[in-house]
Amino acid sequence: MTTLSPSALAPTRAPADRGALRLRVTDLHEAAPGIRSVTFVAADGGPLPGHPAGSHLVLTCGDRRNAYSLTGPGVAPESYTISVLLLPAGQGGSQFVHRLEVGDVVDADRPRSAFAPVSTARHHLLVAGGIGITPMLSHAREAVRWGRGFTLLYGHRAGAAAHLHELRQLCGDRLEEHPDREVFLARISQALATARLGTHLYVCGPAPLLDAVLQRAEQLGWPPERVHTERFSAADLDPGEPFVASLVRSGGQVVVPSGVSLLAALEGEGVRVPNMCRQGVCGECRVPVLAGLPLHRDLFLSEAERAAGDSVMCCVSRSTGPTLELDL
Amino acid sequence: MDESYESDSAECLALLATDPSRCQELPHMRPACWDAMTFVMSELQEARPDAFNLERLDVDTWRWRNQLLGIEQEFVYGDDRTLPTDPLRFIAPQVQDDLVLLDQREGSLWADAGVVTAAADWSMRFDVGMSFLEIHGPVPRVHPAGVVDRAQEFLMRLQPGEAYRRTNWTMTVGRRLDTATETYPEWGPDRRLVLGQDIGTRLHLRVEVQHLVRLPSSGAVLFLIRTYLLPLQDIARVPAWRDRLAAVLAELPQDMADYKGIARYRHAAVDWLRSAA
Ligand code: FES
Repeated sequence: MTTLSPSALAPTRAPADRGALRLRVTDLHEAAPGIRSVTFVAADGGPLPGHPAGSHLVLTCGDRRNAYSLTGPGVAPESYTISVLLLPAGQGGSQFVHRLEVGDVVDADRPRSAFAPVSTARHHLLVAGGIGITPMLSHAREAVRWGRGFTLLYGHRAGAAAHLHELRQLCGDRLEEHPDREVFLARISQALATARLGTHLYVCGPAPLLDAVLQRAEQLGWPPERVHTERFSAADLDPGEPFVASLVRSGGQVVVPSGVSLLAALEGEGVRVPNMCRQGVCGECRVPVLAGLPLHRDLFLSEAERAAGDSVMCCVSRSTGPTLELDL
Repeated sequence: MDESYESDSAECLALLATDPSRCQELPHMRPACWDAMTFVMSELQEARPDAFNLERLDVDTWRWRNQLLGIEQEFVYGDDRTLPTDPLRFIAPQVQDDLVLLDQREGSLWADAGVVTAAADWSMRFDVGMSFLEIHGPVPRVHPAGVVDRAQEFLMRLQPGEAYRRTNWTMTVGRRLDTATETYPEWGPDRRLVLGQDIGTRLHLRVEVQHLVRLPSSGAVLFLIRTYLLPLQDIARVPAWRDRLAAVLAELPQDMADYKGIARYRHAAVDWLRSAA
């Protein structure tokens, strides 16, 4: 026995090659009305890091940092492609991407993986709503490459579907297109009810779709570890109740109004918290909780960590009660 | 890479031929094995561009050249038919580290593939398919503190491209890299026979340098273990090493000494080191 025994407790960090990426735009096109696909290569012409299916890229969009799913292959990729839906009323990230031109150089972090396929799954049931198709494209591509069984249920408004041509070629009859919302939901219910044992479910789409699918899966007794979700953005979360964050170490009190994240409120008071995705996926902004009950809305903490209630991802999560005491 | 590269490679190939069970792989691990193979190739190339070369010929077609072993192989990524053998088995004899692949799912890591020819009293055949927590079942002083859980949490958070390094040690009688459970009858009795004048030449400090890397495209964790053996007599030549090893051996708690399999001779080793001062 030699594996990670006691001294693994204090592993030494080797230079973790994690520097930021500089990317140059090489191609732009409309994937569907209002959806723009952008292809990047490394600005210095070097190789790009590979990534598992379902990974996202955190782009610096002006003063914001947004996460977008990578739609291309992850094995020694020669370029990265993202598809971004223009949200005119959004917080500016999508508008930034829609203003990019060929030759522009942008900053990004290395791809991060928070929605990867499970290698032992007997079957992969992929459910995508609207622009939620982006991570499923890389899932489907990987499933095809390795001969994994999958079904892709794609709900979209007629005429507004991105990547249809590519998906049809890739998936053949494993792709089902659903322009009708009711039919789509009924079909999802049926697929959940009849899935063979050992199937894993992956869902990405707008919050109402996600909630409906998760609820149905729970009713049907799907074990949580077979259910994988990806929300596209924190903008999707409701504004939440106001609360007060009490900073135990520094003695301050920070008011967190409805519609403002705990992270933003802390930053507003000059409290610096490391962060990256700002949508509850990367795990950078974890803050220890000393008292109070966190309202977890992230996709990062494990079941056990949530239950422990001793830390909170402050970029999206809030407080169930009027105050949350933080070790800050 | 060091002067024993060619002989280590030959030893690994010979061992795999006589005991194919040293190479283990559960069926779902093939993508991770391809990922591990090409990762190791590009690391070798980076370390010694004069000796190793991995070239992309087309989207999925690559050519690998290993000048030290005279290997040249063209392959299509993910297509098993384009390699003479399985990807992990192909690359294992070309690198001096043992390779173990950990799959991550359902909140745990699983040792689902590996080629291990220099195991320190464990067995890939026995461990394959076990979870990280199960594998660490026998380690004393670890479980109560939740330490293994924390180590696992830590590893599960490694992102693609991140790597960690650690070392581990034990002692081995004779210059023997392979002390796997399978060959215990060959080396186990040596544990009792060391005492005497030749302790300085026969007893070796066995240091493992371990790297843990999140592989880029499969998301598996690759665990590389490189084993170095140094006889006590060489250690005694450097007074700081000699004193430190003597102190560590003297103070090691009994349960750890039992676990490392050195309980029988560690005090003799301490005496020898101290008298060599
Ligand atoms: S910043 Fe990424 S989880 Fe909060």
